[in-house]
Amino acid sequence: MELITATLTKNGLLFAFLLVGLVMWASYFLSHHLTRGRLHGSAVAIMVGLLLAYLGGLFSGGTKGLADIPLFAGLGIMGGAMLRDFAIVSTAYGVDLAEIRKSGLVGVLSLAFGIVLSFLVGAIVALAFGYGDAVSMTTIGAGAATYIVGPVTGTALGASSEVVALSVAAGLVKSVIVMIGTPFIAPLIGLNNPKSAMAYGGLMGTTSGVAGGLAATDKRLVPYGAMTATFYTGLGCLMGPSLMYLMIRAIFGA
Amino acid sequence: MIIYGVAVLAACLLAGMIVGDALGALLGVESNVGGVGFAMLLLIVLSDRMRGAGLFPQHSAEGVLFWSAMYIPIVVAMAATQNVVAAVGGGPVALLAGVGATALCWAMVPVLSRIGGVEEALPPIADHAEV
Repeated sequence: MELITATLTKNGLLFAFLLVGLVMWASYFLSHHLTRGRLHGSAVAIMVGLLLAYLGGLFSGGTKGLADIPLFAGLGIMGGAMLRDFAIVSTAYGVDLAEIRKSGLVGVLSLAFGIVLSFLVGAIVALAFGYGDAVSMTTIGAGAATYIVGPVTGTALGASSEVVALSVAAGLVKSVIVMIGTPFIAPLIGLNNPKSAMAYGGLMGTTSGVAGGLAATDKRLVPYGAMTATFYTGLGCLMGPSLMYLMIRAIFGA
Repeated sequence: MIIYGVAVLAACLLAGMIVGDALGALLGVESNVGGVGFAMLLLIVLSDRMRGAGLFPQHSAEGVLFWSAMYIPIVVAMAATQNVVAAVGGGPVALLAGVGATALCWAMVPVLSRIGGVEEALPPIADHAEV
């Protein structure tokens, strides 16, 4: 037993391939037999993944879900930023450049709207819960943009560590909701063509959320959504401590 | 050879990352700005040019298509390594800020995608066509 565990730990990435293969098989099986294909197999698989991350986090007390348990550390390589970005870029193969150019304006506008609206919502929620100073409001607003923009903005503005932690949690909530919710909301908001996917990526911004949500909806939309989402975090980090801070301070006068 | 396709894909991502990091440094933010997006544009243009010149045969394409087919499994692995405990345990401020921002932006999708005319839905995809 110990020998087997040692081998699996040493060859973590291979074990991750095996595990994810099993999760995919079980998820597609459940999708076909329990929901008659109404809930897509990939959507089920992502939910199973998130559930495993929750259980792993409870068990280990770490921050990387199931990957904090040494036996499953290979999942951290397989699902880490390097291979994720590699796979995202590969989905662009065969995409028509004209399609992207046609929707370029929508993509740019969606980025602006997505960032400003997220900051405002986060700031208003912060105010409602008694975090009334502009620094805390901006930081929690930044977290409502993405869980990277939150701490970057908070650090730049000198927010308290409690507020920074809240902003990270807000970003994580968003990312999880986008991953799970996209296939359900897609038919209601017309998310079924490249142009709406470009708007979606810019409005949501969370790379992991958009990557997972569009995978669960229709894989053909992934390159368009990812294309705009990839600019979001960088722009958010740029606008957060500057423009958004000044705007929130001007509006709420704190 | 399949590795040629993988190599082109890797070159595109690396080049995109470098451009994204440089742009981030130029703007003075500690973050990559659009690296993946630049990499995608580069892959689209480069593979199209190379195909036109006969330098990107089917075997090379397979090196790219393999990773495209691995996309969903990789995303599932990514989901399994998210900090879901912190998302669930963040309390009402984090929950409301996250849910509120997501819901409002969801509502904006039909508004923005209508700019410049409504686009038609992609044709439905058959189950067995999935890789």
